[in-house]
Amino acid sequence: MIAINVNGKRHDVDVAPSTPLLWVLRDALGLTGTKYGCGIAQCGACTVHIDGVATRSCITPVETVAGQEVKTIEGLAEGDALHPVQQAWLEEDVVQCGYCQSGQIMSAVDLLSSNPNPTDAQIDDAMSGNICRCGTYGRIKCAIERAAKMLRGEAIQEAGR
Amino acid sequence: MSRDTQDRRDFLKVSGAVASGLVLGFYVPQRFGPVTVRAAGPFAPNAFLRILPDDTVTVLVGKSEMGQGVYTSLPMILAEELDCDWSRVQVESAPAAPEYYDPMMGEQTTGGSTSVMTSWEPLRKAGASARAVLVEAAGQMWGVPAKSLRTEKGRVHHDASGRSASYGELSVKAAALPVPAEVPLKDPKDFKIVGTNVKRIEGRDKVTGKGEFSIDVRLPGMLTAVVAHPPVCGGTAKSFDASKALAIPGVVKVKPISTGVAVIAKDFWTARTAREALQIVWDDGPNGALDTEAMRAQYRKLAGEPGLVAENHGDAEKAIAGAAKVVEATYEVPYLAHAPMEPLNAVAHVQADRCDIWAGTQYQTMDQKVGASITGLTPEQIFVHTTLLGGGFGRRANITSDFVADAVEVAKGEGVPIKTIWTREEDIQCGYFRPMFVHSFKAGIDAKGMPVAWHQRAVGQSLAQGTFLEPFMMKEGIDASSVEGATEMPYAIANRRIESHNAPRTLTVLWWRSVGHTHTGFVNESFLDEVAHAGGKDPYELRRELLEDQPRHLAVLQLAAEKAGWGTPLPSGRARGIAMRKSFESYVAEVAEVSLDGDGEVRVDRVVCAVDCGITVNPWNVVAQMESAIVYGLTAALYSELTVKKGRVQQSNFHDYPVLRMDRMPKIEVHLVKSTEKPTGVGEPGVPPLAAAVGNAIFALTGKRVRKLPIRMSEAV
Repeated sequence: MIAINVNGKRHDVDVAPSTPLLWVLRDALGLTGTKYGCGIAQCGACTVHIDGVATRSCITPVETVAGQEVKTIEGLAEGDALHPVQQAWLEEDVVQCGYCQSGQIMSAVDLLSSNPNPTDAQIDDAMSGNICRCGTYGRIKCAIERAAKMLRGEAIQEAGR
Repeated sequence: MSRDTQDRRDFLKVSGAVASGLVLGFYVPQRFGPVTVRAAGPFAPNAFLRILPDDTVTVLVGKSEMGQGVYTSLPMILAEELDCDWSRVQVESAPAAPEYYDPMMGEQTTGGSTSVMTSWEPLRKAGASARAVLVEAAGQMWGVPAKSLRTEKGRVHHDASGRSASYGELSVKAAALPVPAEVPLKDPKDFKIVGTNVKRIEGRDKVTGKGEFSIDVRLPGMLTAVVAHPPVCGGTAKSFDASKALAIPGVVKVKPISTGVAVIAKDFWTARTAREALQIVWDDGPNGALDTEAMRAQYRKLAGEPGLVAENHGDAEKAIAGAAKVVEATYEVPYLAHAPMEPLNAVAHVQADRCDIWAGTQYQTMDQKVGASITGLTPEQIFVHTTLLGGGFGRRANITSDFVADAVEVAKGEGVPIKTIWTREEDIQCGYFRPMFVHSFKAGIDAKGMPVAWHQRAVGQSLAQGTFLEPFMMKEGIDASSVEGATEMPYAIANRRIESHNAPRTLTVLWWRSVGHTHTGFVNESFLDEVAHAGGKDPYELRRELLEDQPRHLAVLQLAAEKAGWGTPLPSGRARGIAMRKSFESYVAEVAEVSLDGDGEVRVDRVVCAVDCGITVNPWNVVAQMESAIVYGLTAALYSELTVKKGRVQQSNFHDYPVLRMDRMPKIEVHLVKSTEKPTGVGEPGVPPLAAAVGNAIFALTGKRVRKLPIRMSEAV
């Protein structure tokens, strides 16, 4: 048994210690919002937070996160109240197929928690580990800028779409 | 390939439209007459709609949502004529059933950019006839004539008396009334929902992680399987030793299936770990020596020899012989994988009298046929539950339903639901690729610089040859999808000859977002640029001259050029290229601006796109699809190539089959042409012009011509 904390809850899981966190979340805990895309930390679909830091869960052995706080996409909203980044994603109508978006959002939340006013280049840098085959990058960037303003308490100017 | 040789009569209804968006003349009558009401509810006047007393309006969508926005745009069409309150509209994935067959394709499938195009009329009628019944119900209730009533936002109003009732309140009464067969449709100028920017209906589910893809399906007692597929496409397992795999705790069973050896376990990681412990002796089969470099040489040789004539106007050979100037070039594009974000997978539960399949599928009718053939059940006993798709791009609609077939074969005889997941490596390596193509060109230019003759030969694998699609997609040996876009060229060039060689069948090939236009868009629009420069013409001006009689082509071309500032100066180190293509009945022109970065690599800084897709149901979504297609096309232009050595695909994952990332994302601007024409394709038409626009811009910048994808400056000539 390995004890892990996920979204504020403690779970004891009966898996091989080297099992990637991704598959513990998905198969053992039923938290399927975190996605499998490549299995080798190339696409970012599996991104979760470990003690607040965006981490690729597909290559993170579960034994290495014992005692740390894991947060997944399911733990981002508080009840019905979406996280500002999720809200911004909706406002910009970012998603298409949506499969990569949990990972994109988790990367964006980490970026904004450490850098409330990122430059274009800083956004590129933080987000280029997350692939989107539907090509939503432009809208992701708009949503991050919108969320940054929301988090800083600034007024949002509508793009007039 | 036993699944290939199913009852051919079943496929009589398959038209080339499934494959390519072309209508090849296999028209199937519409099936939207009186239908069985599948979903019981107080008011369900047709297979697409259910209204409950609480005023929720549920639209059943038989098209698969793979990011292209059908779960929003199709309900919008119905809601428009129904005059309901959009905020009360919900969407439900329809079952696999004839009521949801595509009227053009005669099957339940999502592809060829047809969803809005073919649903437009049936869904308008479905909404309008339901509205008529609700109005009739109100009229009867109040004892007033139906024509004294009006509808607005989900309510029927009788203005003379001030009475009104919601659709939900009327639903029970309406359910008892007959549904009229013919009802008038709205004048498009009265549209309130169609033509507005509506956000995705499933958006919230997708930003909270709640959206259910088939890989997320969890059922009681469910097991997970991983299949060891042969390292060579078309190979088979000769023998295997499972003893080490079976010793791993959590492994339930190892069983051979027709495409390899399956490991069934309690979860994915156990199954995947156990798969590595299998010892399998493979028979590589006929592709064991396959080598894409050798194939390229073979294709180039064929491109120098006469092929089957796909189209002939005038006498190209004679006109070239008498031309003031002759231009020749050979272009090449590689095999490609689709690489949707969600690796292929499906869940199957096979029982004595039914088989349930949960899949992110683009081709439910084929899933039913394949499921029936594997289980011995009838297609009606195969229940397909369509989940969200983590991308499709054509990969999730194929003639063997390969990933669904794997799941059904694995689950057959096991009595419990089993989820079979392909790893990313298999997703990229295990078959169904966009075929490699070589095109050779020769053009004749007159003394004024105008092209007078165009001769083109396409060499590549046919998508249909040797499959059950052959009788439907091929005519006199020519697969229309191999040359689409090269044929029916809009440009006024008097003498044109288009020839086609079907390359030997080796790898399994498939439509890939925009099908034949993926390569003809690049090669034809690039070679036309060469022709323009050889004749001393501006490539945009030459196109304008050649499109004088093509108003819709001309309009998007001019719009893109104008918005991109064609002809105006750019900062040094930057240049523009232009290209256009009509595909899937829509017209798209794109102008790319490129520069070279410090390493001499191509950087696409800006893409301006103009599109005419008729009436835009959801303009915001049309813009999103153009953005998406541009990125998909840019990935192929800059990075994508599958190569094969000794029968083995050399690439395996995103490290060696890279895709565009945010740091290389161009600024994209999309401009829509206002139109009153019926809506046409949106998912694919943004792809075809992109690579040519980029290549043409590179020529303008460097004087070097890109004749091979992916673009490598060292290979430009």
